[in-house]
Amino acid sequence: MIALVDYGVGNLFSLACSFRAIGQEARISKDADEIYRADRIILPGVGAFGDAAEKLKTSGLDEAVKSAAKKGTPLMGICLGMQLLFDKSFEYGEHEGLGLIRGSVVPIESAIDRPLKIPQIGWNALIFRKPSKLFSYIKDGDYVYFVHSYFASGCEEAVTAETEYGAMLTASVEKDNVYGCQFHPEKSGKVGLNILRAFCGEAG
Amino acid sequence: MITKRIIPCLDVRNGRVVKGVNFHNLRDVEDPVELAGYYSENGADELVFYDITASAEGRKLFTDILSRTAERVFIPLTVGGGINTVEDFERVLTHGADKVSVNSGAIKRPELIYEAAKLYGSQCVVISADIKRVDGAFRVFAKGCREDTGLEGISWIKRCVDLGAGEVVVNSIDTDGVKQGFDLELLSAVCDAVNVPVIASGGAGCLEDFITLFKRVEKVDAGLAASVFHFREVDIGELKREMLRNGIPARI
Repeated sequence: MIALVDYGVGNLFSLACSFRAIGQEARISKDADEIYRADRIILPGVGAFGDAAEKLKTSGLDEAVKSAAKKGTPLMGICLGMQLLFDKSFEYGEHEGLGLIRGSVVPIESAIDRPLKIPQIGWNALIFRKPSKLFSYIKDGDYVYFVHSYFASGCEEAVTAETEYGAMLTASVEKDNVYGCQFHPEKSGKVGLNILRAFCGEAG
Repeated sequence: MITKRIIPCLDVRNGRVVKGVNFHNLRDVEDPVELAGYYSENGADELVFYDITASAEGRKLFTDILSRTAERVFIPLTVGGGINTVEDFERVLTHGADKVSVNSGAIKRPELIYEAAKLYGSQCVVISADIKRVDGAFRVFAKGCREDTGLEGISWIKRCVDLGAGEVVVNSIDTDGVKQGFDLELLSAVCDAVNVPVIASGGAGCLEDFITLFKRVEKVDAGLAASVFHFREVDIGELKREMLRNGIPARI
């Protein structure tokens, strides 16, 4: 069973539908024990980092996610859920993340070389940097759907793909059994479903 | 490189697509779920559903349609029509919408934008504005383009973005339905005024109109249309290939 961590941030409906579409059973869960025992875990999230990190903590689910990741359960963070995997974020102040991958989350604005719209909203190409289990069924240059104003930085070792938006921005990361996608695989058409399929089948 | 988006728009009344649709290879051309699936398979980057129902039963049908669409279409879905309160946001967001577009609801009560952006994030609040020239000035119209609100178009859009709208749909009443191309002057003015994505609407009559739009208004992010796609006057796949030939980034 795949657990979709429900800590009150974001709408998990589409995500649950996308797993159903690839024939996987995914359960939206607020239960720490169920999440800890799940075969795979998805950490979603939209909105602001500080608020989400706080909600994850007060829900008590942060420990379940961390302990599951430490015992080897495949974990994938999506969008803000990916950013939460890192040590900290500088979105409106400084906030602590789960610390599962080394690096921090910084504004796109601080990195780009020309004035561009923030957030980046739309379809952009993946530029592969390293082989990843998540890429089993997709190819370099495939397009995925992004919505974000911040990106993960200082995590070169974990970066598996980047995307170009005024600078090279981290698009996906992988460290052992922990995966992250800055984009929304559940909104990225067939390419996105193939990433989820890889996470369920090949990954871990 | 980020691509320019192509967005078909479906008007839905009582669970059915209105504005005649001319497809030969669909079983039920008035079924929004089937049509959404077709567009998604054929290169649409995003979809917009406008709920033009007035009745409560119609609303219920609409949310059912949304859920059924979310079960088989995995590209972003924006929903508009009848959005007046944060409860309306909640209703469509929990049934599969990714973004919510507000128009008259924001004119009546601009704070709605702020409240929704705070609750759900700016990325899911889209301001849609119907604009028409009155004595040479851009004016915002309400109630399905029938009522002049007296609001100046560009400053209204700026205000909405300041309140938290994360995207703008600019619908030109002057070019809508005329099929002579998008309103390049209006769109340039909006693009110069705000730093969030701008979606052009109203006026697409042929493939070339989209090429002209993206070439002449470089900062515009997306082109939205209904009948040219529904009547197959423009094939999205063909449009995307033509965009690439013209050096306009497109997702194929």
